Amino acid sequence: MGMTITEKILAKAAGAEKVVPGQLIDARIDVVMCHDVTTPPAISMLEEKGIDRVFDRERIVVTPDHFQPAKDIKSAELHKRLDAWARRHDIKHYYKLGRAGVCHALLPEQGHIRPGEVIVGGDSHTCTYGAFGAFSTGIGSTDAAAAIATGQLWFKVPASMKFVLNGSLSPGVYSKDVVLAVIARIGVDGALYRAMEFVGPALAEMSMEARMTITNMAIEAGAKSGIIGFDDVTKEYLDEHLKDKTDYIVYESDSDAEYSAIEEFDCSAIEPMVALPHLPSGGVPVSECAGKEMDQAYIGSCTNGRIEDLRIAAGILKGKEVAIRTIVVPATPEIWKQAKDEGLFDVFYDAGCVISAPTCGACLGGFMGILASGEKCISTTNRNFVGRMGDPKSEVYLASPATAAASAVEGKIADCRKYM
Amino acid sequence: MSIAHVYKRDHINTDEIIPARYLNTDDEMELASHCLEDLDGDFVNKVAEGDVIVAGDDFGCGSSREHAVWAIRGAKVGTVIARTFARIFYRNAINCGFYLIESQDAIEKINDGDEVEIDYENGVIRNKTAGVDISFNPLPDFALEIINDGGLLNHITKRQE
Repeated sequence: MGMTITEKILAKAAGAEKVVPGQLIDARIDVVMCHDVTTPPAISMLEEKGIDRVFDRERIVVTPDHFQPAKDIKSAELHKRLDAWARRHDIKHYYKLGRAGVCHALLPEQGHIRPGEVIVGGDSHTCTYGAFGAFSTGIGSTDAAAAIATGQLWFKVPASMKFVLNGSLSPGVYSKDVVLAVIARIGVDGALYRAMEFVGPALAEMSMEARMTITNMAIEAGAKSGIIGFDDVTKEYLDEHLKDKTDYIVYESDSDAEYSAIEEFDCSAIEPMVALPHLPSGGVPVSECAGKEMDQAYIGSCTNGRIEDLRIAAGILKGKEVAIRTIVVPATPEIWKQAKDEGLFDVFYDAGCVISAPTCGACLGGFMGILASGEKCISTTNRNFVGRMGDPKSEVYLASPATAAASAVEGKIADCRKYM
Repeated sequence: MSIAHVYKRDHINTDEIIPARYLNTDDEMELASHCLEDLDGDFVNKVAEGDVIVAGDDFGCGSSREHAVWAIRGAKVGTVIARTFARIFYRNAINCGFYLIESQDAIEKINDGDEVEIDYENGVIRNKTAGVDISFNPLPDFALEIINDGGLLNHITKRQE
């Protein structure tokens, strides 16, 4: 029996010839991602236990993002703790305000993600990096502390589920719609504890940015990780972004690898999707909810705050005016500058949007666009749980940047295809 | 005496357990004062030391915030009994030395307010109000080892000694 790409990466990390699903391993960690909410507690734990050390100052990437710039005194204290620690250990890749960005957009952009590696981060959407043929998974603060100090973590090798994305996306349909359709079919625990492996011709046509939107939301199906194999598109992105460590190992699943399930999707038949409150699995075709009035549109986050997303939104907003509050959040400073240089800021300004500094902001109900009781937001983010973006009686509708932009123009959920 | 707080629901998520508006602190007592706030605003007023939370599938789904475990532990909850747990929450609990119970039947056999007693060694939840015993599979050995050491960091330190 062959191995999946996930099993091969984990076998290498465990120093084993072969691993099988369910097996407990001690894996060597290649990169630890640290941000401002989950890392300060990890630092305190290490200090308390008297093991205040880092396994490799070059393999830890630090960026405040959730509450940056500091939204209040308490979050300023979190940033202070993170900053003091990063300086004390002379962390090589420490992105301070001005260079800091939404972690899952920043790390690939700055060349920290390599195929075949094991990447962990104190954030559930760390699964994003699987788009590069890496094993990456979200962990809590205690795990982060252990990974920071030892460069090792225990894992149970996950079984893999294969998602075959057939066909070709129609105009107005994006990778966000695909992943919402996937989660609508299998449910928010449809891939619980498992690795979601995405393959197929529709995927081959997608940019790395679009692919990252898919692996980003693997956690919304309960998965441990999401993964996509390496191809020319991956290589081209890496050639452009990798800086110091340009070597990497490419793994691929064996043809006789075992999957706990195989799900096929005809992407040609997928329509723009909207996930209704209060679960990411609430996806329905836009035709079933068009016309529902909204109070706010939010375009940003680790799911859809990349330059391609902003271009798509700007393409629809150009020459139009938004009917509701619309917040655009470029995910990193580089994306922010690129959007400015390309003239997208003018489009957003002219349409009546506000442009934020890079931050996780309102996606998780932090700040910069919190909802009042009863308000509804069409959002390019990843979760629509109760109270996610504000008051427990507010509602979040998840969609692509195109659907969010079209809905911003109409002030109600709209089919983006009429603006194509 | 442990009282069961039963939520007959699946997918109780980390935003409901501890909303992100409180993630600007990692003070366990402060987090505890908002435990389950967006699910049941009255929970913190009625919970007593050693009480248990009972729920359906996929408890703790969503964020990797360990703050969810800390909020529950800080509220002095003895354990959470669910049909299944979301992966990161489950792992965080073990890493914190906090015992979780997976039981298919508990949600059916325990009503809100029932008095329960848990025999961890033999894997039995005794519903004293209903007079029913519900068996469960104790956590796997590797998880017990971490919990018995008082969490992952103690476990690692001990192994290195």
